[in-house]
Amino acid sequence: MNGIFNLQQIINGIQIGSIYALISIGYTLVYGIIKLINFAHGDFYMVGAYAAYFAVMFSVARKEHPNVIIVLIISMTAGAIVAFLSNRIAYKPLRYKPRLSALITAIGVSMFLEYTSSALPFIGPSFRAFPQSQLIPEKTYRIGSAVLTNYQIVNVTIAVVLMVVLTYIVQHTRMGMAMRASAQDKDAARLMGIDIEKVIDFTFIVGGALAGAAGLLTGITYPRINPYMGIIPGLKAFIAAVLGGIGSVPGAMLGSYIMGFAEVFGTAINSILGEGIAYAILILVLIFLPQGLLGKKTGEKV
Amino acid sequence: MRKKKTLLLLVSLLLVVALFGTVLTGCSGSKQSSNNNATQEKKPILIGGVAPVTGPAATYGKSTKQGYEMALEEWNAKGGVLGRQVKMIFEDDKADPTEAANAFSKLINENHVVAIVGSVTSSCSLAGAPIAQRNKVPMITPTSTNPKVTEQGDYIFRACFIDPFQGTVAAKFVYNNLKARKVGVIYDIGQDYNTGLAEFFKKEFEKLGGQIVAYEGYPDGTTDFNTQLTKILDNKPDVIYSPNYYNDDGLIAKQARSLGFNGPIVGGDGWDSPDLVKIGGDAVNNCYFTNHFSKDSKSPIVQSFVKKYEDKYGEAPDALAALGYDAMNIMLTAIQNAGSTDGEAIKNALMNIDYQGVTGHIKFDKDRNPIKSAVIIKIENGKQVYVTTINP
Repeated sequence: MNGIFNLQQIINGIQIGSIYALISIGYTLVYGIIKLINFAHGDFYMVGAYAAYFAVMFSVARKEHPNVIIVLIISMTAGAIVAFLSNRIAYKPLRYKPRLSALITAIGVSMFLEYTSSALPFIGPSFRAFPQSQLIPEKTYRIGSAVLTNYQIVNVTIAVVLMVVLTYIVQHTRMGMAMRASAQDKDAARLMGIDIEKVIDFTFIVGGALAGAAGLLTGITYPRINPYMGIIPGLKAFIAAVLGGIGSVPGAMLGSYIMGFAEVFGTAINSILGEGIAYAILILVLIFLPQGLLGKKTGEKV
Repeated sequence: MRKKKTLLLLVSLLLVVALFGTVLTGCSGSKQSSNNNATQEKKPILIGGVAPVTGPAATYGKSTKQGYEMALEEWNAKGGVLGRQVKMIFEDDKADPTEAANAFSKLINENHVVAIVGSVTSSCSLAGAPIAQRNKVPMITPTSTNPKVTEQGDYIFRACFIDPFQGTVAAKFVYNNLKARKVGVIYDIGQDYNTGLAEFFKKEFEKLGGQIVAYEGYPDGTTDFNTQLTKILDNKPDVIYSPNYYNDDGLIAKQARSLGFNGPIVGGDGWDSPDLVKIGGDAVNNCYFTNHFSKDSKSPIVQSFVKKYEDKYGEAPDALAALGYDAMNIMLTAIQNAGSTDGEAIKNALMNIDYQGVTGHIKFDKDRNPIKSAVIIKIENGKQVYVTTINP
């Protein structure tokens, strides 16, 4: 039983949870406002990872040491741009059409990003090694029986900082207030003079930026990237967002850490059933709390 | 309303014409080929080649394909097979069994190849073999080591050793040479090769008296092995056995080292890839793996092959290239020996073949598997170093 609930596994859980958290916030923000499950969100994460890859390779080729903050900004910008474009090109024209159309379009955007990336010669469909040590050389620290790498520290730190910044934006800025208003009631917000399309643009940019950052963090911690890397983490982040209550940012964060821990402990208990256990937990929670852990109970208004 | 209806009608008419057209041209195509029996002799012999040049096993596919092509060119330069030039129709199966099945179907039903060389990963060969067997098209896989592949039928052959042997070789090496008594195993549960090889290793290692202190699986596509490795390391193994494909092995080694494991990590022929060091970095030093071939071998056949390959491709060959080369050569030799491109004749020729390849002496046993030796390779300073040969 020793290998299951020890400090090392807790560290592993926090690490995975942080990455899922950054991705799932994007899902939850977009859903909150336009009730769209943006399946392409996992691919914004992939774009961020590749942007970071090229940024680091570019620096290395010029014999300069890449600066982590600059690479982070680059991957966030790439994620933001791709998200903004997806919204403007694919989702905006379908804003007032049946929701199913937008959903299918989201799947289409996802596939488009994946297959176009794998077809582009400088990306290619195969795996690439992320230049982890050129960006941050590895250092390990011991805490009791557990080992912590500086990658994990960087990972969690950047994730937490970004989440704090996001919470500040949402709670204490005008745009944040506009986002919350639009999520609560889109039509009323419009009546109050809020430009919904601007808010939606901003939401996508923020969500995409966070996903892009998650891409960089993944590249640093698990140095292997490929065009389809966004599919499974995107799915898990979405599940985490639903688990925490879709539409709620704290919910997304909570759900992600729970997913991270469930995955780690599930795999530690039985590595073959591991992920299944995590999803079983999800099903159980949703049976008893269909709105998710922090979601609002919305009854059917007759 | 009327505009929509006419549009619908037009589109459906177009579709029908298009479908009809393809059916017609398809039919006439095959009619043409059977009418040209007289000129059949001058037409090239078509061989199907399958390998994963893109996807998670991309370096295997690239090497194997280069092996196929080099063998093909050599035969064609010497006049071809049965007086005809040989042409390979190549399909990329992306290491995905569904793509492999499609590739085999296409090669057999559309391209009418006389034989297939491929595929590379065991899961893909297992997907393609029943199709080849059903259509009586002889198939030889250069690199799939899972025993189930040749069990699919008497038209299915392989150029490499099988995993019960590979697992035994690894177990003996770990027990006798590395003197390890406790081993933790980590393997991909979604692939036949990994799962099979892990089992064979476990069986043999326990038979020798060793202890498998942990046996952890992971789903295909995992990048975070920390959970499984943490559990393995809690049991203080001397050695970690990771019989996986190079993309995973690199990350596993890295994460194991990060978690504080400094002992040797041992794997199978899936470790053989130039990308292993790119992904694993320093972590893959002090690691060993079982393989089919070492380019450092002093044998003249190996050295001549290595030189030809380096001249042609500008890089040293790995085991997959060598096996691809041997497999294509074996198939073409069999066709030559059979004196015809008839599937059954080729199959019988294969059964009786006695071929000295780059990867060893190849003569098939009753299960159409060759009895071959394995080599142990060590990774030191990012380079592959030959350690020893283990005979069956």
